[in-house]
Amino acid sequence: MWRVGTVVALHDETATARTITLEVSDWPGHVAGQHVDVRLTASDGYSAVRSYSIASAPNAEKRVELTVERLPNGEVSPYLTQEVAIGDPLEMRGPIGGWFVWRAQQTEPIQLVAGGSGIVPLMAMIRSRALAGSTAPFRLLYSVREPQAVFYREELQALSDQDHSLGLTYAYTRVAPKDWPRPAGRIDAALIANIAWPSKIVPTCYVCGPTSFVENASRLLTASGNDPEKIRTERFGPTGERQ
Amino acid sequence: MNSNIDDYLDGNAAAGELSNIFAMDVTAAEGQCAHCGVIKRFAEAHVYMQGPGLVARCSVCQHALLRFVSARQRVFLDLRGLTCLILDRSQLVESGR
Repeated sequence: MWRVGTVVALHDETATARTITLEVSDWPGHVAGQHVDVRLTASDGYSAVRSYSIASAPNAEKRVELTVERLPNGEVSPYLTQEVAIGDPLEMRGPIGGWFVWRAQQTEPIQLVAGGSGIVPLMAMIRSRALAGSTAPFRLLYSVREPQAVFYREELQALSDQDHSLGLTYAYTRVAPKDWPRPAGRIDAALIANIAWPSKIVPTCYVCGPTSFVENASRLLTASGNDPEKIRTERFGPTGERQ
Repeated sequence: MNSNIDDYLDGNAAAGELSNIFAMDVTAAEGQCAHCGVIKRFAEAHVYMQGPGLVARCSVCQHALLRFVSARQRVFLDLRGLTCLILDRSQLVESGR
């Protein structure tokens, strides 16, 4: 079923990513980690559908935030990050997915692992945790190309400063800040051993990012002793557009 | 065909299309592979979406579990690769869990 949301706010996260806040009058509510499909239809009837994760925590205001990364050859993301304006209608389907979700009733330790814009559904989990007043211990490992590509940096820092049971680690893959303790590079076994929850405390792990990132991260988590059954994954394509 | 690792997504990516067919969420559903017998969540299946439809493959043995093609007014759904699909009634697509 397609619903129509109205754009009520726009906020640039980085030079190439924008958060779109939609008000959806018949929104049934969502759970952190879910996504929506967005459909754009041209005047000749051609339509394109892409999936985008919901960034916002469940709320009573029937508002949904999506953070969209612009892809140079994308069919949908250039429109969503450059053209769409406040007041515009957007067709969407969802919320979708009941597996890659975190619910506030969960009390076990949580290990989040984000690759690039894979942070978006994990941010919904972090926001949902804060909003619910949950004390479930969370750790986020956020792998990102360079410091300028980080989404939600100030909010993550503020949430982590208020609540020491939310741990943050950034891993830069191309360019690290000056004096950063770890050289730029992909996440590896040493990093997982140093900063992820030890597998003996049996965390539930959520991994989201491009397919190759997810494969690598889940392999590392499994190799460090985590039960594959406790690792939930969500992949998106090399283009970031989940078709 | 290029078999680059990034060619596939997972069952989460297919869930929007399949929500037109199933009243219950498929990502949390458990499916048994007709080839190797493993039971996994549908979210864990490898999903290929480059073609005219989509194909979900077992993440363990790569056998095709589900084929889905939508053509004008008709939808073709081939489920012979799944011995069984176990859906959860509490996971209604439109309920706003």
